[in-house]
Amino acid sequence: MTDVLIKVGFVALAALNGAVIFTIMDVKGASWMQRRPGPLHVGLRGFIFPLAEILKFVQKEDIIPTDVDRPVFKWAPAYVVVSAVSLFAVVPLSPTLVVVDLELGVFFALAISSLSTIGVLTAGWSSANKYSLMGGLRAAGQLIAYELPLILAVVGVVIQAETMSLVGIVEKQIEWGVPFAFSGQIVAFLIFMIAATAEMMRVPFDMPIGESELTMGFMTEYSGIRFLIFYISEYMSMFVLCAVASTLFLGGYHLPFIPTEWVNIYGPISLITKTLILGFILVAVRWSFPRFREDQLQNLAWKFLIPASLLNILITAVLKVVL
Amino acid sequence: MNTIDPRNFQSISEASVSVEIETEDMTLNIGPQHPSTHGVLRLVAKVDGEKVYNVEPVLGYMHRGYEKLAEVRTYPQITTLVNRIDWVAGFSNEIPFIAGTERLMEIEAPERAKQIRLILTEMARICSHFVFNGAYALEVGALTPIFYAMEDRERVLDLIESVTGGRFHPNFNRIGGVKPAAGSGPTTKKNIQDLPVGFYRDTKLAMEKVIEAADKFQNLIGGNEVFHKRTKNVGVLSKETAEAYGVSGPILRASGVKSDLRTQTDYLPYEKFEFEIPIGQNGDCYDRWDVRTREMVESAKIVLQAIDDMPSGPLQAKVPKVIKVPAGRTYVRAENPKGEMGYYIVSEGGLGPYRLKVRTASFSNVSILPVMLEGALLPDLIAIMGSLDFVLGDVDR
Repeated sequence: MTDVLIKVGFVALAALNGAVIFTIMDVKGASWMQRRPGPLHVGLRGFIFPLAEILKFVQKEDIIPTDVDRPVFKWAPAYVVVSAVSLFAVVPLSPTLVVVDLELGVFFALAISSLSTIGVLTAGWSSANKYSLMGGLRAAGQLIAYELPLILAVVGVVIQAETMSLVGIVEKQIEWGVPFAFSGQIVAFLIFMIAATAEMMRVPFDMPIGESELTMGFMTEYSGIRFLIFYISEYMSMFVLCAVASTLFLGGYHLPFIPTEWVNIYGPISLITKTLILGFILVAVRWSFPRFREDQLQNLAWKFLIPASLLNILITAVLKVVL
Repeated sequence: MNTIDPRNFQSISEASVSVEIETEDMTLNIGPQHPSTHGVLRLVAKVDGEKVYNVEPVLGYMHRGYEKLAEVRTYPQITTLVNRIDWVAGFSNEIPFIAGTERLMEIEAPERAKQIRLILTEMARICSHFVFNGAYALEVGALTPIFYAMEDRERVLDLIESVTGGRFHPNFNRIGGVKPAAGSGPTTKKNIQDLPVGFYRDTKLAMEKVIEAADKFQNLIGGNEVFHKRTKNVGVLSKETAEAYGVSGPILRASGVKSDLRTQTDYLPYEKFEFEIPIGQNGDCYDRWDVRTREMVESAKIVLQAIDDMPSGPLQAKVPKVIKVPAGRTYVRAENPKGEMGYYIVSEGGLGPYRLKVRTASFSNVSILPVMLEGALLPDLIAIMGSLDFVLGDVDR
């Protein structure tokens, strides 16, 4: 029992800390790119900025409008946060430092990451607000459209690695000597990152939020702690999906030229560094792109990403058989 | 666009009470409190999913009654009011009013005063287009350019402030000239203050920065693939429709009509300077953005030419102590950043006008919204609305 509790505590803490680190990176990246002094210089060089942000939301009133579907409205943020946190359970920090090394780790990760759709959709539906509803529907359409290329991109990796366990995939990459992103799965890696950005609903795929169109999309009616949960879980899923991407494509905890006996020490550092690099790319993209239109986003998914990932599977499978 | 029609009110009241969601179409109230309506414009849109098929702009949330207020004020007092019509380019609102009053009184402002007016009007145009650039990028979803735009605009605003003492509402023009400048100049009791020390040098630097900034925006915003996708062939406005609806300014020019009051009328001495009038070909959102960004460069060039060739002389013509305008009526129009602005002044010989009618650019430009938004997608609605670059103070007055 205590074993389980420790593991749950570790996952929650890691995900939360990841979210805070990514929040800092996002605001600091923004202020660096936009030449804003606030989060760069104020208060310990801007590092206590996220703390102020969190305290601000915590002490605000949690307003629940009269017409909302109360239980659905109240529970909606939970789905999103659960989806983001439990995803972290299968990410290995080293061969032994992993909460559970599932045989079907990839399958679990992809299944649990689509749970957030339910939260977003129910939030939009229960808010009794037309903007929220449109945001929720947009989010549902978008998450369904981008779930497919995400899964199909990973299928290429699974074929190459011959396993669905995340530890197994990393071990396979060590065996190959080169991470999958640079040994045949580069297309899959790019598709995965694009689809993951859409899953996180970040610019340029942030139509469900789209503050210039839908005010705040499915989050419009939320305030206080519930808004904070949505806000934090966006960064959590960003952190976790980047960690999954670096595990699947960039060799995860592995570092070359270092004796593998020390993997429990350098493993977490290596994984987090890779995650942060991927996260930084997402931050840079967020602050330099406008957002797509809803139909353009759907076209991108159905007409380009899905055919490309199918082609990737075909090529990987053929090469696997031939070689 | 007939907002006084009682049928419209009926549909509006329906919209505001309905909470349930119809399966076929939904009435979506966009505004008056919405991040992208530039203030308090309200659009009652009938939407079918993402598709918009009927839009009705509702105006009047910002009505401040300036035309009526002007009737109980004296002429010098009115400049304070008209400043606030289009607050993004406060200075250019004063010009046509002052020019009209001077025409009725048959006073000619000195050359130097006119040139200072011209410089500041062009600076106001640059400020307005900076705001547009930032706000438009924000509306299509890019969050960064507005910070660059505001930073670059600040340099120009500082210059306006150094001359007039005000940033948004300079209240600088006087009938028959301009106010003696607020900056620090060599002053003796007889020598009234002129342009502040270092004005020419600072302006030169700032205008070079503006040209640089316009170039930066062409790369930062115009060079972005997603921006092209969002704006090209979106909200195409044909030449004929634009002319029929009385659309003016950059929007009309983006549709391919070479119409610029700066060269067509003589409210300011523009004929002394060489500049191009940028026009677009397709009349889509991208062209409207592009025309404004190119206009910034042209305005900066005009200012650079103007400070190189500054006539000397007084800042004020001889004006009677108590300003009384002889009976008569006149209409003066000017090319403002948002389009054509005109003042119809009717004087009966008193201290203030009998009637002042203000023709503002944004009001006519907004009237085209129902036509342009017919059949657009909801994200396009925001892109099209943003590309019209209206200010609600300018719509409602």
